[in-house]
Amino acid sequence: MIGARALRLEDPVLLRGAGRYAADTYHAGELHMRVVRSPVAHGRVRAVDVADALRLDGVVAAWTYDDVADLPAIGFRLTPREELLPYRQPVLARGVVRYVGEPVAVVFATSAYLAEDAAERVVVEIDQLPAHIDPDADPVAWVDAEQATWAAGLGTPLPEQDSEATRFVTEYGDVEAAFATGAGRIIELDAVIGRHTGVPMECRGLVAHYVEADQELVIDGAAKVPFWNRDAIADVTGLAPSQVVVRETHVGGGFGPRGELYPEDVLVALAAMRLRAPVKWIEDRQEHLLATNHSRGQHHRLRALVEEDGFIRALDATFTLDQGAYVRTHGATVGSLTSSMLPGPYVIPNFRVEAHVRLTHKTPHGTYRSPGRYEGTFARERLVDKIAAELGLGREQVRRRNFIAVEDMPYERPIQAMGTSMVHDSGDYRLLLDKMSEGYDFPGIRAEVAARRAAGEAVGFGFGYFVEKSGIGPVEGARISVDTRGRVSVTCGASSVGQGVDTVLAQVAAETLGIPHDEIRVVRGRTDRFGYGRGAFATRLSVMAGSAVANAAAALRDKAVRVAAHELKVSVEELELADGAVRLVADPGRGLSLAEIARLLEPVCAVEIKEDPGLDADGWFRSDHMTYPYGLHAAVVRLDRGTGQTVVERYLVGYDVGRALNPTLVEGQIAGGVAQGLGGALYEEFLYADDGTPLCTTFMDYLIPTAHEVPPIEILITEDAPSPINPLGVKGAGEGGVTAVAAAIASAVDDALQRPGAITSVPIRPQAVHDLAARATGSRATG
Amino acid sequence: MSQTVPVRLYVNGDRHDIDIEPRRTLADALRDDCGLTGTHLGCEHGVCGACTILVDGKPVRACLMFAVQAEGTSIRTVEGLAPDDQQLHPVQRAFWEKHGLQCGFCTPGFLMLVAGQLEEKPETDEEEMRDVLSSNLCRCTGYQNILKASMAAAEEMSG
Ligand code: FES
Ligand code: FES
Repeated sequence: MIGARALRLEDPVLLRGAGRYAADTYHAGELHMRVVRSPVAHGRVRAVDVADALRLDGVVAAWTYDDVADLPAIGFRLTPREELLPYRQPVLARGVVRYVGEPVAVVFATSAYLAEDAAERVVVEIDQLPAHIDPDADPVAWVDAEQATWAAGLGTPLPEQDSEATRFVTEYGDVEAAFATGAGRIIELDAVIGRHTGVPMECRGLVAHYVEADQELVIDGAAKVPFWNRDAIADVTGLAPSQVVVRETHVGGGFGPRGELYPEDVLVALAAMRLRAPVKWIEDRQEHLLATNHSRGQHHRLRALVEEDGFIRALDATFTLDQGAYVRTHGATVGSLTSSMLPGPYVIPNFRVEAHVRLTHKTPHGTYRSPGRYEGTFARERLVDKIAAELGLGREQVRRRNFIAVEDMPYERPIQAMGTSMVHDSGDYRLLLDKMSEGYDFPGIRAEVAARRAAGEAVGFGFGYFVEKSGIGPVEGARISVDTRGRVSVTCGASSVGQGVDTVLAQVAAETLGIPHDEIRVVRGRTDRFGYGRGAFATRLSVMAGSAVANAAAALRDKAVRVAAHELKVSVEELELADGAVRLVADPGRGLSLAEIARLLEPVCAVEIKEDPGLDADGWFRSDHMTYPYGLHAAVVRLDRGTGQTVVERYLVGYDVGRALNPTLVEGQIAGGVAQGLGGALYEEFLYADDGTPLCTTFMDYLIPTAHEVPPIEILITEDAPSPINPLGVKGAGEGGVTAVAAAIASAVDDALQRPGAITSVPIRPQAVHDLAARATGSRATG
Repeated sequence: MSQTVPVRLYVNGDRHDIDIEPRRTLADALRDDCGLTGTHLGCEHGVCGACTILVDGKPVRACLMFAVQAEGTSIRTVEGLAPDDQQLHPVQRAFWEKHGLQCGFCTPGFLMLVAGQLEEKPETDEEEMRDVLSSNLCRCTGYQNILKASMAAAEEMSG
C-alpha cells in the first residue's frame, strides 16, 4: 500500500461539491463581520467614528481600537527572537496605521451585505505621513518608545526602535581568513526576488460560535495550526484551552499564509464571546491581497572566493528582507531559513551570511511555500552559473565540484535550521544530476537549443540545484481504532491544506493492517478529537504524522495479535496480521477478524483478559532533526524578441524524496509547486506606488499562471536516499516543486540571451527581456 | 437596501422560491438562500472562475450575475452533476482518476466549465480544451492533470 498510486480518499466529497470550506458553515442568527481598513500606508489616526454605521438597521456593533485596547499584540509562533517583539501587530491599529489594509475598525451586522454597507459608513480620519517603502534604504525611525513598549509586552520600558527589526549573522569556518589569503578569484552577484505570496484560491474565513449549553467556543474554518491557534484564542478570551474547540474544515489551499493567527481571527473569536452570537467572517479577494501575509521580497548580495576549478572556498553574503509593516506569527523564520539553507548542496567550507529584516509600509510578510529556499536558491544558483561563466567551466561541472559527497553523509553543517542542528541526513547529489542528465538527455537538449539558436531563435536551457528541508518535529501522534464492525479509523492532530494527507495516512495504516486504504477513515484537524498537533507547515506531515501512524499501526497489530493468541490459545509467534484478520501462519484458514478481536475487547471482556478496553492503539513519533530532500529543476525557454515574452517550453524536475508514499500525490505536489514557482519567476509581484499605495489588489493586476502559462511538467522521483531518521524513510515532498524555479528559469533565459548573469531579479518582466534581447549578440554553445 | 423581491430559481431541476435583495449575486443566492455551497467564490470579480455554473447550458460566472437576472433560466451547479458517489459524472470520475484536484476549491468551477464544454462539443481537442481551461484559476495542481482529466472525459463522452 505504501508507494501505491492509490486514489485519494478526499475526492468523492469534493467532486460533488459537498466539501465544507470556511464559508460553508452557517448558524441561525449569525452575525457577519466586516473589517474597515486603512486607505493610506502611513498616518496618524485622528478619529474613527462609527456612529453613522451603528444607525443602520441590522448593525449590531462596531469596534475601534478603544474597544480592544486590553488585547495584546499578536504573538509569534515560530522563531520568536526577542528583539522582534516591539514590531508585533495590534489587533486594530493603535494610533498609527502602517500599511494600506491595516484593520482600523470592525462592524458586525446581520448580513454580509449589510456589514459592508456599515463599514463604508465608518469615518476614518488619518493625517498622512510619508511612507517608507524601500528596504534597501537606510533604516528610519519606526515605532516610538510607547508603542515599542506596548507591543513588546515585556513589562519593561523600551526605547524608540528603527525600521531594522533585526540583523543576525549565521556562519561557520573563517570567511575573513579565507578572503585574506588572496588566493582564488572573487565573484560577486546581486539577486533580487520580488514580493509575492501563496494566494490560495480560498480566501481566509472563520466562524466562531459560543455554545452556551456546552460552555464551549467552537471555531470552524481554521487551517494549518489549529492547536496553536486554540491556545492563542483561549488566552485572548479567557477560556480554558479545553473549552475552545477549533475545527479545520476543508481548506482551499494553504501554501504558508493561510491558517496563521491574524488580527481578524482574534476579532471573530472575541466577538462571538462578547456578542453571544455566532460570528462569521469571510475575507474577500481584495482584502486577501492587502491583508494576508505577503512573502519573498529579498535582495541578496553574494561574494564568493572561488578556486580555478570552480570550488567555492568561501561565501560571504548579506540580504535584506522586506518585512512589511509588522512582524507576524512567523517571527524571523524566513530570514533564518534563507541563512541556513543558502549553502544548499555544496560544501563551501567558509560561510557567513548577514540577514537584515527591515520594516516598510507594506502588507506584513510571512512564509510562503519553500520560504527562504526559493529566495536563497535563486541567489546561490545564479552565483554558481556566474562562476561557471567567468571561469569558462560547464555549469554542471561547477556543481559537481562543489557537491557534498555521498560518502560524507550524514553531513553536519555547523549551523542551526529552524532551531535544530543542521544535518543533511542522506543524499547522493551527483547521482541525481547523472540520472537527470541521462534520463532527459541533457547533452541532446543542449545540442538542440544550440542548433535552434544558430537558426536564429532565442532559446535556452538552464537549471538549478537545491536542497529542501522537511519533517520538523518535535513530535506528532496518532490513534488507530477498530470498532466492533471492524471499521478502522485513524485519528490524529495533523492538519490538511488540501495536499491529500488523509490518503497518505490511510495508506500507511493500511500497509500494516493489510486492508484497503479506502476502508480507513481519517479524522484530523479538530482539537476535540485529538490532544496534540503541531500543524501543516514546513512539509512535516508525511514524515511526522506518517511515522506516528506507522507506530500506532504497529502497536495496534501487536495488541490484536496478543488478544487473538489468548483466544486461540496459541503463541503470538504463530500468528500474523493479514487482510484485516489475525491468522495462524501455518493454517491461514484459522483466525479472527479485526471486528471479532474488537468485540473481545469490549470493556467487560477486556478486563477479564487484562487488556485495556477497545481495539485501539496510540503511536507517537519524535524527531529532533529535520530531513533534507534534494532536487534539480531544468527548463527550456523560448524568448519572443518582439514582445519580450518568456515561453517555457519544457520543465523538468528530479526530486529525491527518500520514499514516495504515493507517487501520484508527490508528482501532484511538485507540479503545483512548479506552477507557483513560475508565477514568482515570471508574473507575480506586489508593486507599490511611492506613497505606499498597493497597485496589485485584484486578479487583474496580480497575475497567477493559468493553463496557458504552465507547460507539462516532466517529473523524475527518485528514492536513492531514504531518510535514516524516521521509520518510513520518507522526506517531505510539499515544497521541492517550487524551490528552484526562479533559478532554473533565470538560468535558461541567460542561456537564450547568451548573456551569462543577465538576469539578476525575478519576476523576469517582458520589458527586461525585450531590452536585453535587443542588446544580445551572436550565438554560443550551451555550457 | 433591505427591500427584498421574490425570485424563483430552477436549480438542478428543483424549484427554489426565495426572497432576496435585488443586489444579491446569483452565487450568494445559490449558496446562502438555496443551500448549495458547492459553488465557490474565489475572487468575486469575474477572474478565477471558481463560481462557474451552467445557465441554460452555458458556463457563467455566478459572481457576476444577479440572482434576479437568472429568473426563468435553468441552472446547473456541481451538486447537479451526480446523484451520489457511485454514479459520478464522467468529468468528475476523470478528475478523480487523473488526480485533477488537490484542495478541491477550484474544482466545482472546473467541473462545470468542462461539463458545459463537453456537453456542447464532445469532440473538443486538447488545444481548444487548454484554451477553455485557461479561463479558470487553480493554485494547487499546475493544471496538467486537469487537462488530462478533461481529455479523458472528452474521450468517454464522445465515444
Ligand atoms: S468568484 Fe466568480 S470568477 Fe472568481
Ligand atoms: S485544487 Fe486547489 S485551487 Fe485547484
